[in-house]
Amino acid sequence: MALELYLDLFSQPCRSVYMFAKKNNIPFEFKKVSLMHGEHFGDQFGKINMIRKVPALRDGDFCLAESIPIMIYLAEKFQTPDFWYPTDIHHRARINEYLSWQHTAIRMYGSKMFWLRLLIPKMIGMEVPKEKMDGALEDLNNSLNLIEEKFLQDRLFIGGDQISLADLVAIVEVMQPVGAGLDVFNGRPKLSAWRDRVRVSIGTELFDEANRDILGAQEIMGQIDPGTLELFKPKILRFYY
Amino acid sequence: IMELYLDLLSPPCRAVYLFAEALKIPYEFKSVNLFQGQQYTKEFGELSIIRKVPVLKDGSFVLTESIAILQYLAQKCSVADHWFPADLQQRARLSEYLSWQHLNLRFHCSKVFLLRALHPFVMGSEVPKEKMDAAMEDMKQSLDFLEEKFLQNKQFINGSKISLADLVAIVEMMQPLAVGVDGFKDRPKLLGWRDRVKKELGEKLFNQAHEAVLNSSDMQQKLQNNSEMQKLKSSLSKYFR
Repeated sequence: MALELYLDLFSQPCRSVYMFAKKNNIPFEFKKVSLMHGEHFGDQFGKINMIRKVPALRDGDFCLAESIPIMIYLAEKFQTPDFWYPTDIHHRARINEYLSWQHTAIRMYGSKMFWLRLLIPKMIGMEVPKEKMDGALEDLNNSLNLIEEKFLQDRLFIGGDQISLADLVAIVEVMQPVGAGLDVFNGRPKLSAWRDRVRVSIGTELFDEANRDILGAQEIMGQIDPGTLELFKPKILRFYY
Repeated sequence: IMELYLDLLSPPCRAVYLFAEALKIPYEFKSVNLFQGQQYTKEFGELSIIRKVPVLKDGSFVLTESIAILQYLAQKCSVADHWFPADLQQRARLSEYLSWQHLNLRFHCSKVFLLRALHPFVMGSEVPKEKMDAAMEDMKQSLDFLEEKFLQNKQFINGSKISLADLVAIVEMMQPLAVGVDGFKDRPKLLGWRDRVKKELGEKLFNQAHEAVLNSSDMQQKLQNNSEMQKLKSSLSKYFR
């Protein structure tokens, strides 16, 4: 049985895993799980991952959730080039530092911006109060500032001269609010230059393909039936609102 | 000698402290008193722009994020395999927990703690019941997942031996105790696991690490009396928006 990756490219961590697997020519079966249609609540998917989140991996009997362990597993199993997750202790620590920090920083605030701008208004039938938006924007900007000032500085990529898992994980989160119509790169030449380097490193075709869904999110939103968002309502409102 | 900048009121600091002490890793304990705002000094900012603890300083190498620090120590000090197994699938399983916990167990246990401990001081009133109930519900869900997915019927999260996952989990679960919320109540499975973890680390060490958390009844008083914290009130309000 081929390795299976359960993905929805609307989800940031799914995009990281997808780009990593494709870039490294890792053979896998793409199993689409449409979040908007609540497919992650299905019985089948519950057996793969009881937490009911994507991405998820199934390799024979072995099931794994969480994008970072998934990519590290793939990197080791398929012996991808060292620069993705270097064995050198200091190098690896630097990348681990980013991978850890990002969960409650850019990931949380980028996601929040996406929900506040696009999905929550649809859920509750009105725009989000200005105060909440302003607060969310401030948090997002703080994270973007730290990416530039601490994690990138004058380096080409987060880990140094070469791309790594850290950049893959970073780029998808930074792109999420862009999908909601917020141009985070505006006024940030350092971040823009890094994004261009990441795009070239991954391969422009693959990068653009992976980002097609998220960049088309605003249009797709027009077609979503608010009813399907009911599934998410309590949790999302509690977390972000 | 390696320096570890810690405040034992912080769960990730406790994880690092417990690991370093249990494995007798030589280091110098550098105290950073969070409730006195010491993370906001110019000096600390020069060490780490993110202004959080824990921080490791090994010669000129400075590293933040407890997860990265723990892995760095495990690699550098060649600790026993069970802490961070070399086996691909076992390591992936452990990493899955380390990744998941940021926005789940850690996030929700911290929130319960912050709402009770800081809200009165920062916002000038007790936390609204609705908010507290929501935070408790989220914490409950995380604890359910800890039991049903990560621990199941095993001795420890990764199997029959203690690992980094147990360290990282236990310190987060202990945090709400500082504000009188006992996550272990009516959860014999978690109580059993806690006792096993305590035994592996050494009861004395475990209790010592948690002394500050379990004796923080005068926290409100300390906060009110502290001029540094008074200044930080408005910037702390972002945690409650």
